Amino acid sequence: MDSNTDFTLAIEDLTVSFDGFKAVDSLNFYLDENELHVVIGPNGAGKTTVLDLICGKTKSTSGSIKFLNKELTKMSEHQIVNEGVGRKFQTPSIYENLSVLENLEISYPHGRGVYGSLMFKRSDEVLSKIKEIANEIMLQDDLETEAGLLSHGQKQWLEIGMLLIQDPQLLMLDEPVAGMSVKEREQTADLLKKICKGRSVLVIEHDMEFVERIAHKVTVLHQGKILATGNMEEVQKDPKVIEVYLGH
Amino acid sequence: MDEYTSSELVSIFAMQGFAGISLFSVLLLMALGLAIIFGQMGVINMAHGEFMAVGAYVTYFMSSLTENYFPSFMPYYFIFAIVAAFIVAGILGYLAEFALIRHLYKRPLDTLLATWGLSLIMQQSFRTLFGAREVSPALPDWLLGSYQPTETIDIPINGMFVLGLTAVVTFAVFYLLYRSSWGLRVRATTQNRTMSGAVGINTKKIDRYTFALGCGIAGIAGAAFTTIASTGPTTGTLYIVDTFMVVVFGGAASLFGTIVSAFSIAQAQSILEFFISGSMAKVYTLFALVLILMFKPEGLFASKVRR
Amino acid sequence: MNFVYEKLMGGKQGFFGFLILATLILVIFPVFLDIFRLNLVGKYLTYAFAAVSLVLLWGYGGILSLGQGVFFGLGGYGMAMFLKLEASSAENTKIQSTPGIPDFMDWNQITSLPWFWEPFNSLTLTIIAILVLPALFAFIIGAAMFKRRVGGVYFAIITQVIAVILTILIVGQQGFTGGINGITDLRTLNGWDITSDNAKYIFYFLNAFLLLVVIVISRFILTSKFGSLLLAIRDKEDRVRFSGYDVSNFKIFIFSFSAMVSAIGGAMFTLQVGFMSPSFVGIVPSIEMVIFCAIGGRMSLIGAVYGTLLINFGKTTFSETFPELWLFLMGGLFISVVMFFPNGLAGIWNDYGHHITDRLPFGKKPKKVESTQSVEEKADESTA
Repeated sequence: MDSNTDFTLAIEDLTVSFDGFKAVDSLNFYLDENELHVVIGPNGAGKTTVLDLICGKTKSTSGSIKFLNKELTKMSEHQIVNEGVGRKFQTPSIYENLSVLENLEISYPHGRGVYGSLMFKRSDEVLSKIKEIANEIMLQDDLETEAGLLSHGQKQWLEIGMLLIQDPQLLMLDEPVAGMSVKEREQTADLLKKICKGRSVLVIEHDMEFVERIAHKVTVLHQGKILATGNMEEVQKDPKVIEVYLGH
Repeated sequence: MDEYTSSELVSIFAMQGFAGISLFSVLLLMALGLAIIFGQMGVINMAHGEFMAVGAYVTYFMSSLTENYFPSFMPYYFIFAIVAAFIVAGILGYLAEFALIRHLYKRPLDTLLATWGLSLIMQQSFRTLFGAREVSPALPDWLLGSYQPTETIDIPINGMFVLGLTAVVTFAVFYLLYRSSWGLRVRATTQNRTMSGAVGINTKKIDRYTFALGCGIAGIAGAAFTTIASTGPTTGTLYIVDTFMVVVFGGAASLFGTIVSAFSIAQAQSILEFFISGSMAKVYTLFALVLILMFKPEGLFASKVRR
Repeated sequence: MNFVYEKLMGGKQGFFGFLILATLILVIFPVFLDIFRLNLVGKYLTYAFAAVSLVLLWGYGGILSLGQGVFFGLGGYGMAMFLKLEASSAENTKIQSTPGIPDFMDWNQITSLPWFWEPFNSLTLTIIAILVLPALFAFIIGAAMFKRRVGGVYFAIITQVIAVILTILIVGQQGFTGGINGITDLRTLNGWDITSDNAKYIFYFLNAFLLLVVIVISRFILTSKFGSLLLAIRDKEDRVRFSGYDVSNFKIFIFSFSAMVSAIGGAMFTLQVGFMSPSFVGIVPSIEMVIFCAIGGRMSLIGAVYGTLLINFGKTTFSETFPELWLFLMGGLFISVVMFFPNGLAGIWNDYGHHITDRLPFGKKPKKVESTQSVEEKADESTA
């Protein structure tokens, strides 16, 4: 179990149970660099729980999660983030009362201690990084806008931007296109293709058309276990997957 | 404890244990009401102690009324006083929910503050209506006196009566919440407000009656309280902190936890009181509770839920 | 200069408000009030320290402490212990069975000074104790609770219980603390008569000056990234955590800072009023401090000072003439502020008052007040 791997993320034998109910059951899962991996599965399959486990929101019952060969299961949330894991929540989680600029500034990975935050200065370096990210997430013209006034899709992008500014090695996105218009979906797909370079991206998504467009690899989760893994075509042909999705 | 023999210690524990039963009963009744309101609705009711005082004052009022106009009715009035305490406190609770609480459901810290404002107003109303002095109802004769199974042990009858009353109320609450269709709707609302609304449960009505029920039970606690101490305008504030501790310590949503926690807190305080001064007994009890809660903030009997 | 203006005063609007407050308490009150009234205002302003500390802690941090009286009391008692020891010189207490210890100890058959009183023989140690002990105490409570993610109503209740414990302890241990009467009969500070008008003036100005300094430091905290983080933690704690911050450290810091500020207020109270008692420690004074803050505006440092002054003027006026009405009025006022004006006086001023400032050469553009509560439901934040 202690063996090092070349994977960005290596999950082995991961189990979590709530009062006996196994939400994730002996899961094994590997993620490469530059890989954009989508996890699909019916409601209650344990998809969000897996993300919770990786980012430390939920503590595992047993098993290991290794990120760049570092064990994450014993770390607290902020340590995991500092290791280079970023996570977007299902509903956009941004600071509605702050401007887009301030949202990105708070996420900027400097001045994370009490003293550092008191002495933090908005230097040119910080500003240029913020502008760069704002360009990438198509919010360059809204820097002074209060985040609460953005459209739903823009809020999703802002949250992605707040992760990008930390330059994480692993980016996890929980339903990034939920509630988006067709055009916004297309833009998001382009964004994801762009940002998965040099890092790994793990996405949970229901919209199969969108999954087809972005995924390098797809994993189907069902009742806390992996049903199938592979590229989109393989997974769609898998008889077990067909049974789960099309039913009896 | 060296200066006591073991048989003396047994008697002390038994005596203080029975004395603690009255405190246990009042705390449990108070905590039941508060736990229903907090556990089911997430509302912190700082005026809960004042609803208890309402019950106590209603009992006092009924007693004076009976004494002056229907003296022959004295042996029975107490039973009616309990019912009246429940109804009056319940109605006031209903009105408070309508006027205040329902506007603040999404702001738990603000309900805490608003209900504290309410408690100020209620205290001043007691002072205006009943005077600043403490009052006690005349208790019927059958509630006084005590039962002596051995020479050193003395069991007060009022304590037994209050315990019986508490048992009845606790069972009724259990039945109402866990066995009746109304309770099912209350629990459904707690777990998923939006969904409950969607399947046709009138969640507003459920909230209002839940709050009224909690306050009504506090009223019963007030009636029970009159058998062990006298009532003044600030009586409620003395009990509110202990009651909070009972609820939090027991794990807000667990009826069993509430009972166990009320029992242990009342007994710890009562037995400690014999060996050290009453105020230090309280300090130790509260201090122990704070320490325990720091290590187990979810309380003793909270269930683990997937979030 | 720009740094001072933006960071310490909070820009145009903040500077304007600060200037008015400073003029009011440093010039107008001393000129128009006699020393008796001025001393009373000075007493109110000591509560304002606690109210300002609650703006940081509760308004911005979303952490409601119902135990600020504890820290106010610790500061007050620290100062009172020093003054009491000075008043209890062997010379002054020669009629006691044990001369040289405070009178209440003698009445309670205590024959030597308890160890924890010893440091209060020195003024330097006393000042250090006033600044450090309450902050340290808050640090310990905060570390224990925030590291375990105890927050919201649980935190409020536990701080309230701590206030209860401390009150019972002070009242119960009268040999060590002076009991319910508190520590009284304080006369001199290093031989200087603190009851003279001269001393009262000096303490008033010292107090007012310290309060203004506290406001400036608080403003610096709020305009820094720390301030935005406090708001962010209040509204979206999880997001902050998943942006790589150890949220508990920020909460512990602001709780300790608020404790230190309240303690300074307590120490200034003792100096100006001449005694300290448990009635400034318990549940009621602690919640009253929250009321001062809520009515002044929980998001406004300066509003909190006005809230404190207003409520205390009201209390003094009403409880002299209509004591019955006062609790009704305060309860009603508190309920309506919580329900309808969550940003208090400052919020009302920002909504309507800028019609006046707009005409002045200063504030053209009223700064938007931060909203008090995020849209997000916060009910399940407590121990999740």
